[in-house]
Amino acid sequence: MSSATTVPAPRPPEKNYLNADWSLKSWLLSVDHKRIAILYLVSVSAFFMVGGLFAMMIRIELLTPAADLLSTDSYNRMFTQHGVVMIFFFLIPSIPAVFGNFVLPLMLGTIDVAFPRLNLASWYIYSLGGLFGVCAILFGGVDTGWTFYTPLSSVYSNSNVLLAAMGAFIAGFSSILTGMNFLVTIHRMRAPGMGWFRLPLFVWAMYATSIINILGTPVIAITLLLVMAERVAKLGIFDPALGGDPVLFQHLFWFYSHPAVYIMILPAMGVISELIAAFSRKRIFGYKFVAYSSVGIAVLGFLVWAHHMFTSGMSIYAATVFSVLTMLIAVPTAVKVINWITTMYRGSVAWETPMLYAVGFIGLFTIGGLTGLMLATLGINPHLHDTYFVVAHFHYVMVGGAIMGFMGALHYWWPKMTGRMYAQGWSKLSAILIFAGFNLTFFPQFLLGYMGMPRRYASYPEEFQVLNVMSSAGASILGVGYLLPAVYFGWSLWYGEKASRNPWGAVGLEWQAPSPPPVHNWDRDPVVTEVYDYTDETIVRELRQRAAIAREVPIG
Amino acid sequence: MAEQASAHGAHVPAHTGHGDAPLAHHFNSYEQQREASSLGMWFFIAQEVLFFGGLFTVYLVYRSRNALDFAIASSELDVFWGGLNTAVLIASSFTMAMAVRAAQLGKRNPLVLFLILTLLLGGVFVGIKYIEYTAKIEHHLFPGMSDFHFEVPPTVVEHFALSAERVAVMQQRARVFFSIYFAMTGLHALHMLIGMGLIVWLLFPAWKGRFNHDYHNPIENFGLYWHFVDLVWIFLFPLLYLLGRNIPHA
Repeated sequence: MSSATTVPAPRPPEKNYLNADWSLKSWLLSVDHKRIAILYLVSVSAFFMVGGLFAMMIRIELLTPAADLLSTDSYNRMFTQHGVVMIFFFLIPSIPAVFGNFVLPLMLGTIDVAFPRLNLASWYIYSLGGLFGVCAILFGGVDTGWTFYTPLSSVYSNSNVLLAAMGAFIAGFSSILTGMNFLVTIHRMRAPGMGWFRLPLFVWAMYATSIINILGTPVIAITLLLVMAERVAKLGIFDPALGGDPVLFQHLFWFYSHPAVYIMILPAMGVISELIAAFSRKRIFGYKFVAYSSVGIAVLGFLVWAHHMFTSGMSIYAATVFSVLTMLIAVPTAVKVINWITTMYRGSVAWETPMLYAVGFIGLFTIGGLTGLMLATLGINPHLHDTYFVVAHFHYVMVGGAIMGFMGALHYWWPKMTGRMYAQGWSKLSAILIFAGFNLTFFPQFLLGYMGMPRRYASYPEEFQVLNVMSSAGASILGVGYLLPAVYFGWSLWYGEKASRNPWGAVGLEWQAPSPPPVHNWDRDPVVTEVYDYTDETIVRELRQRAAIAREVPIG
Repeated sequence: MAEQASAHGAHVPAHTGHGDAPLAHHFNSYEQQREASSLGMWFFIAQEVLFFGGLFTVYLVYRSRNALDFAIASSELDVFWGGLNTAVLIASSFTMAMAVRAAQLGKRNPLVLFLILTLLLGGVFVGIKYIEYTAKIEHHLFPGMSDFHFEVPPTVVEHFALSAERVAVMQQRARVFFSIYFAMTGLHALHMLIGMGLIVWLLFPAWKGRFNHDYHNPIENFGLYWHFVDLVWIFLFPLLYLLGRNIPHA
């Protein structure tokens, strides 16, 4: 292709990355970033179901004030396993490992990530970590809370702390290696003409996330290693009886685990930037601000960890500094939210399913973020610490933010990944169910927490029952909302309408590749344009022509 | 404005005028391949810094709180062996640097020679570490064993006029010191062993003369790793062995 305006003749159906080889070996040994993304999609979805199952058990137990369905001991295991599975095996890998892997090389106009074999190794490392996690659950469970606080984890707990910590430790290396891979890919694999400020905001978000991955994750790795060493070899690092300091564990733990919150939310923010631009048919407002705000969040995110520990004992000066720094995070976050809304303003908004998730994200995430400011306030924190207010806050960010982003991304790139469209009506229904169910589940928890209901107990005073029943009812709606996509996505694989090259009429290199892309991604060289270039008539026309041609070509 | 990218089909095919230096299919040039792998290695080292960084933080926190106790406990370590090991590692960094240069110039025999020398020096380091560990375990200074016992030297008790309770506290903090000592040096020794394994793995292609001007990133990246592990020891030695030697009667 020498000229951007020539329209090539339709081609006969081609092999794509899905049908190139059907053998199991070709999947398990594939170094193709797209197939690895599918491997991750299957694995993280499985863990999401497991984690969701634990959540349902928790919500059913909390229907009544007494600890009747589960013993307090099993209840401890339920919420611990819910947290461990959802955080380490679903949320952290979810968007980067699935959509980062799939679309990052496409967005950069290249044919693979920088280290394809390492990429496959990351999936195996993740799976090995997952295996340890599953074994921890099957052999009796773990009950320390996902935070593994010492000395409970290193001395007193009789559950499978070793297996669970080992699982998290191993899975951590998977995200470190994926982070390394993405950073090098973004630095060294961009197509000619793809400058830093032509990168889609999803790529910027991946960049910021990867920085946190390689700088934060090793700290939790060494910390968990020390906990295991203390448990097995009686090295006295955190156990007060052996001369150690448990608060030091908390510092090290949160030094990773707070930035880990941004590992979970930044990729979702990247997705939302893509969705808002694509479905508002407008260049994102304040592109550079949104790009830099991702990096800003990543940097500031390393400086706020101790806000989890205001009640663990620290000097008032340290607490003040951490409180102020925490509030500063609201600035780059607000930059994003305001720029998304401004992008929609006077845009031509199309209410497709991914856009429903994007708008849902903005609302829910804003509530989650603002309640974070309340928690960062030193005067309010001791009252709300360890209550359901905190639970509601981080679920608004993690579920209302990160998972809404994941679902939005899944609905947005599904046609690219599978070459099929899904049922629009059903998917919109499920988006609305998730939004409604989510709010019914978690909004009452703000009230419960504010009234003083502590987290991590199987029983509660009777006056809290009404709100708890509302929450459990919402959870069942949420559950249905999450199960529906499994049905219509499955259906679409066989009966869905064939997707065109660019079903949403979006700009971005990934939409110039066929749906699904061939093994080496491109059937013709991608045209690198200004980012989110919805203004340049010739390019939009060119893209539409290509999309029109693609529609006539049977796929697969 | 739009530009044509040449992501597809336009890259230099491998095995063209470069001997048998492998160019992976997704890179356009040897230069891109070298830069990518080198950058990847630097990112890996960044994560290693943070990995050890957690341990160094633990050390700094406890050391600053228990300066005297740590100084007394560290006097049990053998400066001779530690110092000798420092010299051994610095020598191995030199041989490794020579190996990298040999690989860049495509000189097979010097490359193999310097890799083997590096491997041997690594082996000497681990051997000395083994002697040190054995001595510590014999003196009941490994916290993992039930018979852990740290005897505060009588001269120290006398000089600092320590009460019986203070001596007991010092014994407990010595336990923390040795926990940190074994954690830090153990993790470092593990990195040495992994490095030695990698040398063995690199020796085969080196022997076959696979490395040349275009393709030497495995050797170069391994060199970065080896120097990094060396550098960790350069910090460990003074922090664990030397600090506090000036305290009298220790």
